Order: sequence, then structure tokens, then C-alpha cells
Amino acid sequence: MFFRLNNVWLIINFACLIPLLALIFDINFNRLGADPVQAMHIRLGDWSMRFLWLTLVITPVQTFTKWQRMAVYRQMLGLYAFFYASLHVMTYLSVDHGFMWQLIGIDILESSYIWFGLIAYFIILLLAVSSPKSGKKRMGKNWKKLHQFIYIAAIAVIIHYYWQLKGNLAEPLFYLIIIILLLGFRIAVWFKNRQFNKMMIPTTKRVSVASIKQVSIFDQTVELSATTLKESIIQKILGYYECRNKK
Amino acid sequence: MIIKSNKIIPASEITDPLIFKNRRQIIKAMAGSLLIGSGISSVFANDKIDWIKLPKANVLTNSLPVTPAEIVKNYTNYYEFTFNKTDTTSLAQNLRTDPWSVEISGEVETPGVYYLEDILSHQSLQEYIYRFRCVEAWSMVVPWIGFPLSALLKTVKPLSSARFVQFTSIYSPQVMPNQRDNAMLDWPYQEGLRIDEAMHPLTILAVGMYGETMPKQNGAPLRLVVPWKYGFKSIKAIVKIELLKKPPVTTWNKFAPNDYGFYSNVNPTVAHPRWSQNSERQLGGSFFTPRRQTELFNGYAHQVASLYNDMDLRHFF
Repeated sequence: MFFRLNNVWLIINFACLIPLLALIFDINFNRLGADPVQAMHIRLGDWSMRFLWLTLVITPVQTFTKWQRMAVYRQMLGLYAFFYASLHVMTYLSVDHGFMWQLIGIDILESSYIWFGLIAYFIILLLAVSSPKSGKKRMGKNWKKLHQFIYIAAIAVIIHYYWQLKGNLAEPLFYLIIIILLLGFRIAVWFKNRQFNKMMIPTTKRVSVASIKQVSIFDQTVELSATTLKESIIQKILGYYECRNKK
Repeated sequence: MIIKSNKIIPASEITDPLIFKNRRQIIKAMAGSLLIGSGISSVFANDKIDWIKLPKANVLTNSLPVTPAEIVKNYTNYYEFTFNKTDTTSLAQNLRTDPWSVEISGEVETPGVYYLEDILSHQSLQEYIYRFRCVEAWSMVVPWIGFPLSALLKTVKPLSSARFVQFTSIYSPQVMPNQRDNAMLDWPYQEGLRIDEAMHPLTILAVGMYGETMPKQNGAPLRLVVPWKYGFKSIKAIVKIELLKKPPVTTWNKFAPNDYGFYSNVNPTVAHPRWSQNSERQLGGSFFTPRRQTELFNGYAHQVASLYNDMDLRHFF
């Protein structure tokens, strides 16, 4: 079981590096067109955005399929979003601007689309730094609060993307629709949870039938989470004994 | 004298180029046999013209290193065909550019529709090596082949009431997908200049580049080149030139008036509302070629700054 998971982990890691390998290939064989620096810059930015979107896909997939233990892939994809975003920023500073800080300063001041890119990068940087288990432990409840900033980063990214276009908005529409769906899912979940919370405190008699149905759903979810909780406790205990036995 | 014809020729009536070429051969044969001379032959009548030996116009930028032709030919904004810069090369080949006529009208003494061949037979072509700066912050150096716009305008004798010039590109939805779909901009594409900008010796109409006939994706058969303005001012495939009393409507200005002004002079200190114009990436360099600091009026301030004396360039951007 562990070995199989590890294999999947390796394969996904390799798949995530394919865009970088393809880029290196294209640079070497001069296949980036008339403006290779811009092409490289755009491609790294695009991949960073795609990985960020994929990161946000994990939770809805988990909800709909009831697949467990996908958090490790969510972290991995998020780190790849950060990795490509870092290359994107490095390309901007080095290849594009040759570390000419005066040019860079003026460019950032005068280009409002870059501000949104910077906001997004700053958030993703914080998330990447705090993403290891030790960070999660140390931050406790605040960890989740901090990592909810990924939604703000996603909105900043899509503004960064749209804000630099000269007018034709048809191409990026795909990415916009995806992020609307992904953020819409969160809003729907949040809304539903709020409704459930309200239902827990029956105030009027009118909610009779509906409330019974929903409460029953709620009970099921409670049951489910209780069983998963039980399972995880058992697993932890087993893992503890395994470790001890090895020692 | 320029020979006038009164009709605008719709694209649907344009003869197949093959037949047209045959027609020319017939005429040439006839002309040869009858020893009539070369009245009918034109620049485009010959398949290969030796334009490389053309005299160079007296321009300061003649010594600039020219961008490789393959880059200039395969990196074009031609929104009538597509919004990307590379597919234009193949898509633009569908446009028929021969024969071509240009309507010149408005505030002129002798308005009319002129065949391009007739226009060219009265102009002496020269090579103009100009910087070309796109509003998207990239730039190239292009050796254009053309003649001053002023030389053409003089032949139709502008009236004193002519204060602006409007240019219109071809409207050909059969071959131009974004015109067919009514996508984004108001078609046909239109641009404009003030009359003193139009008469300036740096302002040219180009019919070729790199010693060859103009590639279709670069604006064949006739395009404007105004080197001190952002590239979108240099309208392609011109079918109409109208001299006006009032400022003309220009396509990008109409689409986004806060982003693209009527003047659109290259100016590093006036940023686009969403991005900086302070520097530019010169195409054709290597990965290690640094960005270039953009110059006021694209480096032609010496010649054109006097056109804008006492004007607030931030307001008239």
C-alpha cells in the first residue's frame, strides 16, 4: 500500500515537472518565437496559474468522490504553483530586466497589473513557507485561516492575467470560468453550512418537513465524520505501535 | 498625371491573380511587339524587383542594426485575421492585394480612385530604416521601402481646409475572420493623423521591406509608417485616404479612449493606464540582451518634437 502510494507520488511529481522540461527544450532549440523572453515569462506564469487552479480543484474532488488522503496532493500542487510563480518572478527580474533596479522600479510603479501579481506571489510565498507539517503544528488554528488566503491569491492572479491584455478577452475566459466555478463551490459550501447551523436551532414550527430531511442529512454527515475520526484514531494508534516495534 | 477611375472595386469583383498575371503577359507581349514602350508596366508587373539597391532616405536611423527579417515577418498584430501574432502569416495569404486601388477623397482638389500601380509610377521609392515601437512594449528596426505620404498628398492638391487625414483599411470579411465575426474592434480599421504629421518627411507609405514586396501579414500592398508613434497608428492595407476638416475617428481610440489616444506618440513618461512604457524589449536579441530604455518620440524627437510645441503630452497622449 505504502509503496503504491509512493509510486503515484513520483509519477505526479514527474508530471508536474514536464512543463519545465518542455520549456528548457524549447529554449535550447529556439522554439519560443520572435520574443522568446516574453514567451518564457508568459508560459511560466500560465503554469503557475494552472497549478494554483489544480490546487483548488482537490477539495471539491474530495467532496464529490469521497476519496481520502488527497491533502498531500493539494500541498504538492500548491508548492508547484509556488515553484512556477517563483520562476516567473525570477524571469521578470533577471532575463527580462537584467536586474536593472531602476527600470524594474519604474515598471512596477507604472504597471498596475504587476501589483496584483505581487499580491498573489506574496500570499503564495507565505503559504508555501508555512505548508510543512511543522508549520501546521506551530500555527494551530491560524494555519487554516492563513491558508484561506489562497482564494484572495486566486482572485489577484486572475486580475493580474486580465489586466495586462490589450483587449481580446476570449482566450483567458476559460481560466476565469474555472476559477468562478471553484470559488463558487466554496461559497455554496459556506452557505450550506450556515443554513445547517441555523437549522440546529429550531425557532418556528414552519420548518417541520424540510428541517427533518436536512437534519437527517446532517446526522449522516456527523456519523460519517465520526467513523472517519474513529478510523483515523485507530490508524494513529496502529502507526504508533508499528514505530515502536521497529525501534 | 495620375490616371483616375471613378469606381471603387469590390473585393468580389477582383480578378484572380493568375488570370491577371496572364493579362499582363499578353499586354507586355503586345507592348513589346508594337514597340509602345513601358507605360503599362509597373513595380508589381515584375515578379522580382531589385529593391536592394534602392537609395536610402536621409534618415538618422539608417545606421541602426536591422531586426532579422524572419522575426518581422512572423510577429505581426493583424487583428482582422487573428488576435495572435504568428497565425497572421498564413491567414493573411488569403487576402488579394493585386490589383489594388486607393480612394483619395475629402478636402482635395482632385479626389478619385487611383490604382496602386499608377500611384507608384509617380513616386520614387527609397529605403527607410526605422525603429518600430509597439504599444505592447516590444520594438524592432525595419528597413521599409516606400515614399513620403506628403508626395502622394501633393499630387491630389489638398485644400487649405484639410486639417486631418483619415486612413481606412480594407474590409474583406470573406477572408478576415474577425471582421466576419464582428470581433472586438469596429471594422474596418481606421487611423488618422493631423495634416502636419501627415506631411512630415518621416511619415511614409510603405510597399515593401527587406528589399522585397511587402508581405501580406505586414500590411501589403500599401501601409502607413509613422516611426515616432506606437505601431498601431501605422495602418495596414490602406484602401482609402480622406482629408478632413475635423479630427477623424480612430479604431483603438474609439475602443478604449482612456488607453489609446489620438496622438499615441511614443513617450516613456506617459504610461498606459495598466502598464509602463518606460522600456521596451528589442526583438531579435538573445536571452541576455537587456531591455532598451524607450526614447521620447521613439528617438525622433529631434525631427518631430516641434510639431507638439506648447502641447501637454500627458493630456494629448
